[in-house]
Amino acid sequence: MNQSAKSEILTTDGIPLKISLKRAERLNKIRAFALVLPLALFIIITFAFPILSMLLRSVDDKQINTVFPKTFEVYKQWDRKDLPPEELYASMFHEILSAEKLQIGKASTRMNYSKSGWKSLLKKSKRKFKKIKEGPYKEQMIKADKRWGQIEFWKALGEMVDPITFGYYLNAVDLKYDSDKNVIQQPENRRVYNSTWIKTLKVSVLVTLFTLLLGYPVAYLLATLPLKLSNLLMIFVLLPFWTSLLVRTVSWIVILMQKGIFNSILVWGGVIADENRMQLIYNQTGTLIAMTQILLPFMVLPLYSVMKTIPPTYMRAALNLGAKPMHAFYRVYFPQSVPGISAGGLLVFVLAIGYFITPALVGGKDGQLIGHWIAYHLKTSLNWGLCSALGGILLVVMLVLYWVYNKVVGIENIKLG
Amino acid sequence: MALPTYTTTGQKIGYYGFLAYCAMVFFFLIAPIFIIVPLSFNQSPFFGFTEGMLRLDPDAFSLRWYEQMLGICREDAIITTVCTNKWMLGTVNSFIIGISATILATTLGTVAALGLSRPHMPFKGAIMALLISPMIVPLIITAAGVFFFYAKMGLIGTYTGLILAHTALGTPFVVITVTATLTGFDTNLIRASQSLGGDQIRTFFKVIMPLILPGVISGALFAFITSFDEVVVVLFLGSVEQVTIPRQMWAGIRQEISPVILCMATCLVILSIFLLTTVELLRRRSERLRGIRR
Repeated sequence: MNQSAKSEILTTDGIPLKISLKRAERLNKIRAFALVLPLALFIIITFAFPILSMLLRSVDDKQINTVFPKTFEVYKQWDRKDLPPEELYASMFHEILSAEKLQIGKASTRMNYSKSGWKSLLKKSKRKFKKIKEGPYKEQMIKADKRWGQIEFWKALGEMVDPITFGYYLNAVDLKYDSDKNVIQQPENRRVYNSTWIKTLKVSVLVTLFTLLLGYPVAYLLATLPLKLSNLLMIFVLLPFWTSLLVRTVSWIVILMQKGIFNSILVWGGVIADENRMQLIYNQTGTLIAMTQILLPFMVLPLYSVMKTIPPTYMRAALNLGAKPMHAFYRVYFPQSVPGISAGGLLVFVLAIGYFITPALVGGKDGQLIGHWIAYHLKTSLNWGLCSALGGILLVVMLVLYWVYNKVVGIENIKLG
Repeated sequence: MALPTYTTTGQKIGYYGFLAYCAMVFFFLIAPIFIIVPLSFNQSPFFGFTEGMLRLDPDAFSLRWYEQMLGICREDAIITTVCTNKWMLGTVNSFIIGISATILATTLGTVAALGLSRPHMPFKGAIMALLISPMIVPLIITAAGVFFFYAKMGLIGTYTGLILAHTALGTPFVVITVTATLTGFDTNLIRASQSLGGDQIRTFFKVIMPLILPGVISGALFAFITSFDEVVVVLFLGSVEQVTIPRQMWAGIRQEISPVILCMATCLVILSIFLLTTVELLRRRSERLRGIRR
């Protein structure tokens, strides 16, 4: 009796308690997991997988290599000093003729990104090459279109020889490959992305700063007022939070237009003359003002929830010990509110950096952020590789910021309403 | 909050200055939302207050833009803007997509939150990160990724595609609100129910559900407003057929700026007031039920 109790505790059906407990725990784990599984699968299929495959797309250069497999094999041996040898012309000729029209179209779009003119050249060649019966092809191809005799066109193919490319990522930061796959800068007239990235960062930093300047005092007031009053004032913060983004964007257009309310009040008050009404919208100023107002609740709410936990007695104690109010605030209250500042700041910054709708509507020409280019390449230029690369960079920036956010605040501490 | 009697004049000025600053910020937050309401009753097709409106002349106000929004086209109306029934079509579409996505998101999200709140959940952090990710990734990236994927699946320009995408966007809100309601949930209640002979399903509907219901409903409202207000995904995935309210507003701002936009905006403001009130009442009820506040 004594011995068995020492060795093992048994449950009523004779199984050791340890094993029985483990089994029950495993069953519980499986049950919990089974509950989460449907949503996890749903998110993986409709959300995570599409985004991952978008990231793959950003480095994918397979398509062109499947249309011109032999040409690129031969291409690798070419020294790129003089016009390519007959062999390269011949394989190009045969592969243009044998490929399907749709595939040629896709490939030529890709080739056009590296040098414009390829698309029309291939389209024309596909038609004209049918008349060429036999080799040697070099002379006849150049006769069909003189662009075949220009070395720049051949050199432009150099960046596509591998099925995986970082070319789109380079393009996304205003760099590119030359024909020997060296990284070089884009020509001056094609450098647009770096300035947009910088502008995106600048606008996000400014919006974060403005929301902090406006939000901190308000959060402080809400946290220190009696609960009944602060709950009432909280509506001022929560109502914008619940109001449609487009509604708020429309209101800013109405207010900031040249003939709009703000300018009219200034004219009526005699501050400015009627003929020099200010241009406050359809530029960066408009983007800044509208985004600050739209994102302000995201700053106030985290600040408020942190400030609510700071006991008011600390400030009173500091004042009691002879500190001036400003000094007491700066030395006692402010350090305790820093977690709220980092939480709200990160949240606003992260939201601002990916903004698209508001800048698109009120930003005009110089108020567009990086989201504009992603949308442009997705729907207008159809350069999906570049679109994915821009998205990929933005995504990495976001993930790093969220990792920081998680370290600082904890992702599960996000509160709503 | 009355100031103590010993405050100096300087401190008083400082304090009232601070109050004035806060009042300005509150004004900055709320004024843009309400400024559009009177403007939507404008008689003229402009986006500003006319002199008549400032004099409160009844002739300066009219309901003509609301009529246009409802698709009623008066023959004698001055043709300044195109009168279409797109707004009503958009409203119907918005509700179809919004409600379907909400039902899906609430079901999936609530079940998942129940699993996540169990003490034995393995890999909790990683799974939570995955489930919340649709809320974190910028909409423009989501739209791009989903666009490529749906193009392959033939879901571009279909209601199914939009509903699935909006469901994914709405679930994080349901997961967050329901998990929040479940923290501090007394698991003894479940044991009590089971010991009294209630099976799993009965326990769920009679014991668990009433307690987490406020969280479920506010999660559902968040999911609904997310779908109802979403425009980026609709812009890229929807065809001409799937006009929703936000998409029509987007098109309205970019092409023909007409006061009908302001009418729809006014309706949306009323909707947001209604939703805010409901969520706030639910939150209080939930706190009372769970004994946080009496």
